[in-house]
Amino acid sequence: MIAEAGLAALWLAAGLAAYQFLLMILALRSNLEVARPMRAVAVVQGGLTLVAFAMLLLVFARSDMSVALVFENSHSAKPFIYKVAGAWGNHEGSMLMWVTILAVAGAFLALFSRRTTERTLIAGLGSQAVLALGFYAFLLFASNPFARLFPAPMDGQGLNPLLQDPGLAFHPPTLYLGYVGLSVAFSLAVGALLTGEVDSRLARAMRPWVLGAWILLTLGITAGSYWAYYELGWGGYWFWDPVENASLMPWLAATALLHSMNVLAARGALKAWTMMLAVIAFSMSMVGTFLVRSGILTSVHAFAIDPQRGTFLLVLLAIYVGAAFTLFALRGASLKEGAPFELVSRESGLVVNNLILSVILGIVFLGTLYPLFVEALSGEKLSVGAPYFNAVAGPLALILAVLVGVGPLLSWRSERRLIFRQLRIPALLGLSALVITMILAPDIHILPRLGFVVAAYLIAAAVLPLVGRNPLRAPLATWGMVLAHLGIAVGLTGMAANAAFSSERLGIAKPGDTLSVGPWLVQLEGVTPTAGKNFTAVEAELRATRGEGAVILNPQTHYYSDPPTETNESAIRTFWNGQLYTVIGKSDASGGWQLRLWWKPFVTLIWAGGALIAMGGALALLGRIWRRRRLSSGEWRRKGYA
Amino acid sequence: MSKAIRFAPLALLLLVIVALVWRLATPVDTNVHSKLGGRPVPFFTLAAALPTKPTVSSTDLATGQPRLVNIFASWCVPCVSEVKVLQGLKSRGVPIDGIDIRDRPADLTDFLARNGDPYERIGSDPQSQLQIALGSSGVPESFIVDGKGIIRYQHIGAIEASDVPMILTKLEQAK
Repeated sequence: MIAEAGLAALWLAAGLAAYQFLLMILALRSNLEVARPMRAVAVVQGGLTLVAFAMLLLVFARSDMSVALVFENSHSAKPFIYKVAGAWGNHEGSMLMWVTILAVAGAFLALFSRRTTERTLIAGLGSQAVLALGFYAFLLFASNPFARLFPAPMDGQGLNPLLQDPGLAFHPPTLYLGYVGLSVAFSLAVGALLTGEVDSRLARAMRPWVLGAWILLTLGITAGSYWAYYELGWGGYWFWDPVENASLMPWLAATALLHSMNVLAARGALKAWTMMLAVIAFSMSMVGTFLVRSGILTSVHAFAIDPQRGTFLLVLLAIYVGAAFTLFALRGASLKEGAPFELVSRESGLVVNNLILSVILGIVFLGTLYPLFVEALSGEKLSVGAPYFNAVAGPLALILAVLVGVGPLLSWRSERRLIFRQLRIPALLGLSALVITMILAPDIHILPRLGFVVAAYLIAAAVLPLVGRNPLRAPLATWGMVLAHLGIAVGLTGMAANAAFSSERLGIAKPGDTLSVGPWLVQLEGVTPTAGKNFTAVEAELRATRGEGAVILNPQTHYYSDPPTETNESAIRTFWNGQLYTVIGKSDASGGWQLRLWWKPFVTLIWAGGALIAMGGALALLGRIWRRRRLSSGEWRRKGYA
Repeated sequence: MSKAIRFAPLALLLLVIVALVWRLATPVDTNVHSKLGGRPVPFFTLAAALPTKPTVSSTDLATGQPRLVNIFASWCVPCVSEVKVLQGLKSRGVPIDGIDIRDRPADLTDFLARNGDPYERIGSDPQSQLQIALGSSGVPESFIVDGKGIIRYQHIGAIEASDVPMILTKLEQAK
């Protein structure tokens, strides 16, 4: 019954989405009065999808093997948390989660949006309903999560053990919240293009959504990077894998949007460009989902490969993005650009920021899809990897990081002061970083060296917006910006240190043997068999020392029986100045074990930087919400209501 | 903003969609194809898989007439149905040799007793070493080797009943 209730809720929600779309068309054609029930419909639709999703969680929690999806992806022996997480660790469940977030976002938009005109809001809600409608159809016709099996099998078929990890419980939901949060920006942009009301009010209405989505994307990418780092056992934090790129592209677009939106909100300029970015950001989210879910690009992450579903998603993608781009092409001409600005001004700074981010986005997009184009045209198979991305996007990212220090110092419309004076200390810091790395590490590659230089400069430059004023009176949004920009400097330091000073050691050791990596001596004390709840394992005992004291690390290899799979569980020890990363591999005939050891100085700064960036975003969001509260209560008083 | 710029995103989207449609329409071939097609079988000798049956070595494959070399195992489920098709080929006079992958003699005896034995010789490849040398990535797979010991055809997956005419033609061509 539970599964049937979920399915019924899904059908009802789909019906309401269709009704919502109809209301929009009628309202825009005749009068807005028609759309009076719109907000209520959106809220109920969101509630119904929540019901459907709760039902799915319930069948997974109860291990109801008569539901095909549970049978395929769960097992009664699995720990409870992974049973529940299994609900979205598969194609159908994750698509249900996607549409749930989409509909709930629509409900929140209906409940809380007071900033845009009623007309634009109605158009936006209609657009959100169309988006949801396509994904309802996809779920109901091509990937029903509630399909039953008869007779019910005795037990399930397990879950990819790589996904049995706490990271799984949070990583996909966080990314999906981010992806789908951008859908609201998309819908509002489409709504505004339909009504022609592209103005600063629209940008302010969009801002919390984009900011929220961007925070979650930042967190999701950072967490995903750490997950790949410790779970895959390859010692890398970013592989330029198509699926990683799929999450990076919406983030790049959202970052650009975040900045251009502020120009629209403050100055009413960059209208067409901001609308374009809002459309692109969510389109990139859909492209990302499509790439992952269709298995069109081979990737370590490809968990579901099904050309039919790929076709369905591609049709949706073509319709939505095509419609939005067509609308843009038709209506873009009527957008009047707002207040003009001079060559040196905060506006132009943000334009340059947007240009560089867009070029990086283009580079990643091209690199991800290039193998496909080449194969289509010449039949030749190739892959584009880290060397391309690092060499092409790396220098651009460094230039952008330099400008990050300059942009916030510029004032709106026109800048007449000599801001370079303010940048004396940051520039001095950068220069000393150059000299120090030249002396201490003359052989490192140019990119990590420049990374150190720019990071040293940016650490000082990022805080300049708080200098020369009372920092406690600065708006929270400014604090957020400073923190996020500091996060870039911190992350950059980690990346440069990792690229320049990591040491790696692959070797075979028998119990008693010692291998060296970086400053460490690592001795294999012994290897013992052990067992977990649903796997058996071998565990190595490693004794690592660098001078005084020693630490014990216990990397494991897990053997899962259902389905038969082997995973390497790395053992990582974090120190103030880096991480020691150890993996145990297979044994050879003579009783030796493969050991992979890395010493990664300051590598944790990479994720610390990501977390700082997200925290900065959160501060800015809080600041916007508080300020809005204060302002709106002020408005109430002014109007004499209170 | 000029018209060309406004329509540029739409044009770009069309281009991407065409490429994606093409990819969906031409599914990727994930099979691993042997690089030894048209080249002689690598030199090898294998231990006998069963005491009652002669083993295979590379010299046994260059006998003047084309032979079918079948890579199989008792633990391989598709091999069960394939053996019946191989029986049919044997009754039409096709000489078949087996290479038994990662198997135990008792299991193999059991497998042949249950499903029939179309093989003239069976060699045991306990570590898949010959299988890898042949460029085969799974079981079952079959190779057609001509009278001079040159690999003429690789069949990936089980030989179905519907494949029999094609296999017979390939054997004819290899003469």
